[in-house]
Amino acid sequence: MTEKPTPPRSFQEIILRLQTYWASRGCAMLQPYDMEVGAGTFHPGTTLRSLGTKAWAAAYVQPSRRPTDGRYGENPNRLQHYYQYQVLIKPSPPDLQDLYLGSLEAIGIDMEMHDIRFVEDDWESPTLGAWGLGWEVWCDGMEVSQFTYFQQVGGHDCHPVSGELTYGLERLAMYVLGIDHVMDMPFNDPQAPIALTYGDVFRQTEQEYSRWNFDVANTEMLLKHFEEAEAECESILSQEAMDPKTGKRIIMAHPAYDQCIKASHLFNLLDARGVISVTERQAYIGRVRALAKKCADAFVQTAAGGFEAA
Amino acid sequence: MPDLLIELFSEEIPARMQARAAEDLKQRVTNGLVEAGLTYAGAAAFSTPRRLTLALEGLLAHSPTLKEERKGPKVGAPEKAIEGFLRGAGLTRDQLEERDTPKGAIYFATLTKPGRPAAEIVAEVLEDTIRNFPWPKSMRWGAGTLRWVRPLHSILCILSDEGGASVVPLDVEGIVAGDTTRGHRFMAPAAFTVSSFESYAAQLKRAHVILSAEERADHIWSEATNMAFAAGLEVVEDKGLLAEVAGLVEWPVVLMGEIGADFLNLPPEVLQTSMKEHQKFFSVRDPKTGRIVRFITVANRETADNGKTILAGNQKVLSARLSDAKFFWENDLRVAQREGLGAWTDRLAHVTFHNKLGSQKARIARIALLARELAPKVGSDADLAAQAAEVAKADLSSEMVYEFPELQGLMGRYYAEAAGLPAEVAQACQEHYSPLGPSDDVPTAPVSVTVALADKLDTLTGFWAIDEKPTGSKDPFALRRAALGVIRLVLENGVRLPLLPIFEAGMVNQTVDADRTDYVDTATDLLTFFHDRLKVYLRDEGLRHDVIDACLAMPGNDDLLLLVTRARALTEVLATDEGENLLQGFKRANNILTQAEEKDGVEYAFGADPKFAETDSERALFTALDTAEAAIAPAMAVENFPAAMAAMAALRGPIDAFFEDVQINAENQVLRRNRLNLLYQIRKVCAQVADLTRIGG
Repeated sequence: MTEKPTPPRSFQEIILRLQTYWASRGCAMLQPYDMEVGAGTFHPGTTLRSLGTKAWAAAYVQPSRRPTDGRYGENPNRLQHYYQYQVLIKPSPPDLQDLYLGSLEAIGIDMEMHDIRFVEDDWESPTLGAWGLGWEVWCDGMEVSQFTYFQQVGGHDCHPVSGELTYGLERLAMYVLGIDHVMDMPFNDPQAPIALTYGDVFRQTEQEYSRWNFDVANTEMLLKHFEEAEAECESILSQEAMDPKTGKRIIMAHPAYDQCIKASHLFNLLDARGVISVTERQAYIGRVRALAKKCADAFVQTAAGGFEAA
Repeated sequence: MPDLLIELFSEEIPARMQARAAEDLKQRVTNGLVEAGLTYAGAAAFSTPRRLTLALEGLLAHSPTLKEERKGPKVGAPEKAIEGFLRGAGLTRDQLEERDTPKGAIYFATLTKPGRPAAEIVAEVLEDTIRNFPWPKSMRWGAGTLRWVRPLHSILCILSDEGGASVVPLDVEGIVAGDTTRGHRFMAPAAFTVSSFESYAAQLKRAHVILSAEERADHIWSEATNMAFAAGLEVVEDKGLLAEVAGLVEWPVVLMGEIGADFLNLPPEVLQTSMKEHQKFFSVRDPKTGRIVRFITVANRETADNGKTILAGNQKVLSARLSDAKFFWENDLRVAQREGLGAWTDRLAHVTFHNKLGSQKARIARIALLARELAPKVGSDADLAAQAAEVAKADLSSEMVYEFPELQGLMGRYYAEAAGLPAEVAQACQEHYSPLGPSDDVPTAPVSVTVALADKLDTLTGFWAIDEKPTGSKDPFALRRAALGVIRLVLENGVRLPLLPIFEAGMVNQTVDADRTDYVDTATDLLTFFHDRLKVYLRDEGLRHDVIDACLAMPGNDDLLLLVTRARALTEVLATDEGENLLQGFKRANNILTQAEEKDGVEYAFGADPKFAETDSERALFTALDTAEAAIAPAMAVENFPAAMAAMAALRGPIDAFFEDVQINAENQVLRRNRLNLLYQIRKVCAQVADLTRIGG
């Protein structure tokens, strides 16, 4: 057995250790995507890069927003804005489970003392037209990660298959650090001259966004933005591949996908405002999925998507 | 004779799929081997989260040599034909045999298919099994194309006998079969070599893997019950959970933990559900109070601190979960006490039941209306029944049911109690979903029965009105279950309920199509669906299909209780000699009559006249028919089927004697017509009771 690492002392130390670990295992350290997303999977570094034939290995932190989960910073475990740590490797390496367990060791979970289990949990994203098989990983009965082998994304069969790991960072860190309320968790080193807790950083924003998400957001505007994002996405993808200005073949899969992400988040906001009925819900999800599929279709026609000019 | 050992080692197989997969592995491999001529003495299959294992004893070392005889052309046939035959058989002329047959001399060829070594056959069969394994869901991984439930890592495949073990050469997409496996993921991860099933099982155990799922389950259960017993407590039995947990661990270590005092006042069902669904914990009960006071969790490893860290972690996760549950429970109770359940029902106006059938709230209004109408028939108080129907689904808006949908109904009862509603109403909240399946108890409290009936009848009439009926194996809205529920509610509670008017009114009330008021055909179609369900249900009770058909042909067949009472009485009477013979007599009478009617082109429906009776037995039949008619009519009027049937069965003697002594088709046309009219009397009298023509045998 390798030497056991010392226990981490703060939220950010856990993030830094994951970064170091996955960097040392050859992943490209991407940065968070600069748009509002519901989960790390929406980052084009996962959604689009899991498509096509090109190999890929990346890891990143992704701030994620789930407006309906807002609790004004009062619930010990629920937040409308939180961090996910995301790893995507294509093709999935044969030792991905061991690599993953190594990352738990790296953040101070001692395999000799804890009970780690892989419990069936098949993943599906109706908005992305994506699904995969895998597990939720339990540590002493707590779900600490999602582990998925992507089978389909945007309606396309994944070939090769990507292995995706998603860590819910707040929950994982609270467990490792032994914290009961997320707002009490040390964000930086508790011995630092200016020690900050998670609450110091995020309590106020949780309150502000909870109020806006639930009661104030202008639903007419959100609806209009949704339609606009949808229209722009379609319009981008309807352009000729040949750019008349440069004379080059430039398919704009990424700008189109940005609009898809936007539509998805706007839908989430509308959902939190309670203006979407159960039946409409399916219809909206279907509209976002249609965009995601078209973006996937476009991406596999690009070089990054494995397209080779004849 | 060698033994065969196969182990397919993969990443964690979903617990719910393991047992079936082990069985499939056994089936497919043994079928394949036997088909190729390799028989065996015994087979056993095993599963753990990471492996499927098959052990075969006493396998043939070679498949037997097979001989096949082929008939060729005639001796002296054209050369080309003979050459063609030789080419096809792969033989030369001197290997053919000439045989004399009635058709002349013919060439015969004997082909010998030599036996093949077991290893060759095993490799083929195993590869085919792996490539075509019937997983409910399978996946690809990496850059390969092989499919398995999760990535397949290694294949162990050896044939062993006294001389030692040899690996069966096999390569499935780069996974080369060998003679090694690994132990427990964390406690003994090193690879080891295996030479026989015995060494395999023993080494696995040393490497902290219990191969048999049954043994793991037994171990978990006995440890758990011992631990609970030592604390004066008992484990709540849950076979499904036990099987699942046994499929999540290779080395079960049972740990018992405390439930925080804060949570002990939650309803026991909430504790149990939360612990089971989220954590896969067993509940531990205090037999004196009936309360859930502790939990049992099963870890997959031993630790230096005897599971202390693991248990502390589990306890903490449980506390977080139960804090949520407690939060929901307290919030819900506050709503129930302050605003009443009506507030929740109102919110269901925004919840769609089905896009053609409106919101849940609209549905509740229909159910309440129907409950009021059904109440007198069930014998419940109409106001209470309507009140119960109005709140029975309120809990669908509660936070607890949102989190744990399986607690619907039960939470309704708790919240109705908290809101101070009458006990019958609270009980109906819980019971109106019942019976959920063929083995689920049927409610007996009148208010519960009323709401349960109204709920199911509304569902059925609604989906029939929009033409969403079950087809084949597809029944997404569980309409068969709903119909069976109505059948059981009515029969087991003795409710007289003609269904057709309810169906029609129910369909109109769905207001699917404002212009349509005529649902006669749709209602009749729904009744036919009920009759089909009823036949299935009664078949299990031992009532014959044709006996039910004989009763279905009678009026009032939309009243299921009446229908079944009639069918039971008929079954009973047919089980007696009298009844059976009467049936034969009736059939004889009916056949003769039908033939005569067809031949003569008339209906013999005029009353027969006793004055043309020639013999005593003829006169006796006249008397007997009068007596029977006099007894049957009043018995039928009060639905006393046994009495009516007994009166009918009493005709047996006179009918038998009549056929014995009298020739129907007499020369004298007056006599013949009179006798045929007498047969018509028999048909008519019996037809009041049931349509005996539909009974076979």
